[in-house]
Amino acid sequence: MAESDILDTPEAVENPVAGIDQSVGNFTYDVKYDFDAGTGLSERTIDYISSVKKEAPWIHEFRLKALKAFQSMPLPTHWATKDLENINFDKIRYYLASGQKPKRTWDEVPDDIKKTFERLGIPEQERKYLAGVEAQFDSEAAYSNIKETVAKQGVIFMNSTQGLREHPELFRKWFGKVIPTSDNKFAALNSAVFSGGSFIYVPPGVKVSHPLQAYFRINAENFGQFERTLIICDEGSEVTYMEGCTAPKFSTSTLHSAVVELVALKGAKIQYITVQNWAPNVFNLVTKRGVAHEEAEIKWIDCNIGSRLTMKYPGVVLKGRKARGEVISIALANDGQHQDTGAKMIHAADETTSTIVSKSISVGQGRATYRGVVHIPKHLKGCKNNTECDALLINTNSRTDTYPAITVRGDTHAVQHEASVSKVSEEQIFYMQQRGLTEGQAMSLSVNGFINDLARQFPMEYSVELKRLIDLEMEGSVG
Amino acid sequence: MSAVPAPVSITGFDAARFAAHLSSRGSLPGWWLETKKAAWNQFLALPMPPRTDERWRFSNISGLTIDGFTVPDEPASSIPPLPRFSRAAEIIFSNRKLASRTSLPKELSAKGVIFCPLEEALSQYGDLVRAHLQKHPAALGAEKFVALNTAFTASGAFLYVPKGVEITEVLAVQHTLSGADHAIFPHTIVALEDNARATLVEFFISSEATGRQFASGVNDLYAGAGAQLTYVGAQAWTHETLAFQTNSIVAQRDARVLSLNIHLGGRQARHESHSRLQGPGAHSEMLALTVADGQQEFDQRTLQTHQAPHTSSNLLYKNALLDKAKTIFSGLIVVEPDAQKTDAYQSNRNLMLSDEAEANSLPGLEIQANDVRCTHGATTSRVPAEQEFYLKSRGIRPEQAHELLIFGFFEEVLSKLENDSLHEALRGLIQAKVRR
Repeated sequence: MAESDILDTPEAVENPVAGIDQSVGNFTYDVKYDFDAGTGLSERTIDYISSVKKEAPWIHEFRLKALKAFQSMPLPTHWATKDLENINFDKIRYYLASGQKPKRTWDEVPDDIKKTFERLGIPEQERKYLAGVEAQFDSEAAYSNIKETVAKQGVIFMNSTQGLREHPELFRKWFGKVIPTSDNKFAALNSAVFSGGSFIYVPPGVKVSHPLQAYFRINAENFGQFERTLIICDEGSEVTYMEGCTAPKFSTSTLHSAVVELVALKGAKIQYITVQNWAPNVFNLVTKRGVAHEEAEIKWIDCNIGSRLTMKYPGVVLKGRKARGEVISIALANDGQHQDTGAKMIHAADETTSTIVSKSISVGQGRATYRGVVHIPKHLKGCKNNTECDALLINTNSRTDTYPAITVRGDTHAVQHEASVSKVSEEQIFYMQQRGLTEGQAMSLSVNGFINDLARQFPMEYSVELKRLIDLEMEGSVG
Repeated sequence: MSAVPAPVSITGFDAARFAAHLSSRGSLPGWWLETKKAAWNQFLALPMPPRTDERWRFSNISGLTIDGFTVPDEPASSIPPLPRFSRAAEIIFSNRKLASRTSLPKELSAKGVIFCPLEEALSQYGDLVRAHLQKHPAALGAEKFVALNTAFTASGAFLYVPKGVEITEVLAVQHTLSGADHAIFPHTIVALEDNARATLVEFFISSEATGRQFASGVNDLYAGAGAQLTYVGAQAWTHETLAFQTNSIVAQRDARVLSLNIHLGGRQARHESHSRLQGPGAHSEMLALTVADGQQEFDQRTLQTHQAPHTSSNLLYKNALLDKAKTIFSGLIVVEPDAQKTDAYQSNRNLMLSDEAEANSLPGLEIQANDVRCTHGATTSRVPAEQEFYLKSRGIRPEQAHELLIFGFFEEVLSKLENDSLHEALRGLIQAKVRR
């Protein structure tokens, strides 16, 4: 690690108003990075990332092609928010790492990084109930571990940098196939500068009994995190994957732009759970899509609590007969936040079914948007989709939007979309206040009730976490 | 104004043709001619809808070409009769000219009711027309074609009902378009003062069964406080027609507006309808029925804007799709920040009667007030197997079964019309298409 590689020294910015710190993730450590690609994006940035990661020439080529695509594509502001124009791509740092190899035991993790994850409760959770953990700190995984029993079954769980190096044949076969480079501007950006993320392969018939978890942490200011996750479930296998995200609150904005690709082969089942709690200045622009082959099932559970702007529409391409896709989306938009979330269901085989359930809560001047696509092209038979979107508005100036797009060809399908907007019932609040709850507590309880039927489907730890996050967000939202 | 003599017909929408049109309208008020000039300039300035325009999502943009159309000067050789229903008065246009009219019953004109061709109203009641003409444009994407309408419009009706006057019988308008490559630009205004009541039905009909035609129609529908306005528009253009129709609806305090649009004709027919609920207690009922067959494309864009508290709206658009037809429904409910206690509903139902038909639904909501009840729904489905079986087992032929199913599907909407004889007339019009 030559000193000259360090182009910039990151500064730790402490939040000056620590007294109103609402977020468990709002702290940062002054980390000395060994690898730093500097500010701005050019072919040089990509050359740097590729050389540091000692990548094969085809990956380097892939990155350069993606960079061209990124540069040529306009921002999608003809349908999306103009807030995207506030991202200054020249001010972002695209690659920051302290080392190239994740540690296998917790003791080896550098102290400042360890402190970060300990404050977030990562090792504790691992001991309790996880089959494996990846913890990514800025660009690279800091810690990676998989339980021996699971590894013995042939399950591969590692960060994608390692996956590319150690399992190129598996990786290359599916990489970029579900989400092509030029799918959208941010997928192109990710394809150009991706680093980290998880790589999972589950062999045929293996059912991973406990969830695998990844944790994504942004520590540095002006940093862009671009992880790339690829999960392949071979025939008849099953896996549950969970990810959590946090970042401290900086005075300038941060970009998180991930690409997640899932492949569920015949009869496989993938459940992908996200609890996103980014700081309120993070642009969170993520492309997530899975391909479900014959009788396979992909289920996205997506909770978006934090960030300044989240644009994320997990999708399932239902490629094989009787494939099933499901998206459960929970979004909470507080003051200054825009949660633009939804789902895409692309039916591409007979008798495929999809379900979308979206619940959003807008607090203060928060704005929650549901955007969805359901597409059933011609010559298919017997496809079904059911979509439900419910929005809850807490304050008089809260905002919610719903923009679904449904295309159906042919007369053998059944597609149904329903959406409703409501506010918290005054009688409920009154009832609870009468029994001694404060208005805030009553409101919290009511909001938790609104999402309860969805939260119940989560692993217990996550539903508890979600409840706690909602309680925090609801603090001070009334009165 | 240039003294270009108006030729029999002009081809292409160019400056010469517009100048000719304008000079032929020399006797109309100056402000109106200025409005037309401004509209012509706007038409020239506005681009054709770009592919990336969300307001045209799923539409066949390449089908929008308006080259080679002619504004006919001759009336149609034959005018299909109005369907049979009882009415107080009627105005029939043939191509762009007044073909015939019956006058209002004396007791109505005595009360100050005005029902006449638009150009007559412009000359005689210029201020009244001006108060309502394009005051609240729909502006849902077809602005270029609306501007073209204003530039060239010569036909259309003006209905004005003074305060507290209630008209129980229907008033009828028919626009007839005859001849290939011909274009018309009807503009109808309905203005109901406070507590007035009226029903206007407008038919848009091609004289011949086939022929490439172009129509761009505009409506301004205004209901003052407590007024009750029913508007029915039914179009049966040829299957080669490119058609636009935009409805603007304004409802003041406690006003109730019911609009029903029936779409049968056109190669590509776009309908835009915008309701503005401007006073507490205002209600807009927006209904539409479409029978899409062959390779027709029906493109329906709606907006329900709640601008005042305690307003309500209810939209129900039903499409029956046969053959290779395509429909697009794109609707939006907007609740503005002050419009608390809004109750809005929006529903699009698509009945698929062919394996090659395509239905697109974009039901949208934008809510900026929290104490509201807003729901929307969209369903696209086939005929339930039991219903099909029931009909088959009774020996009913498939075509006949289609007709029964379509009317069963449409009944919910048709039954909202209080006027029985109008209801029957519309049923007949739909039947004529279904049995074609």
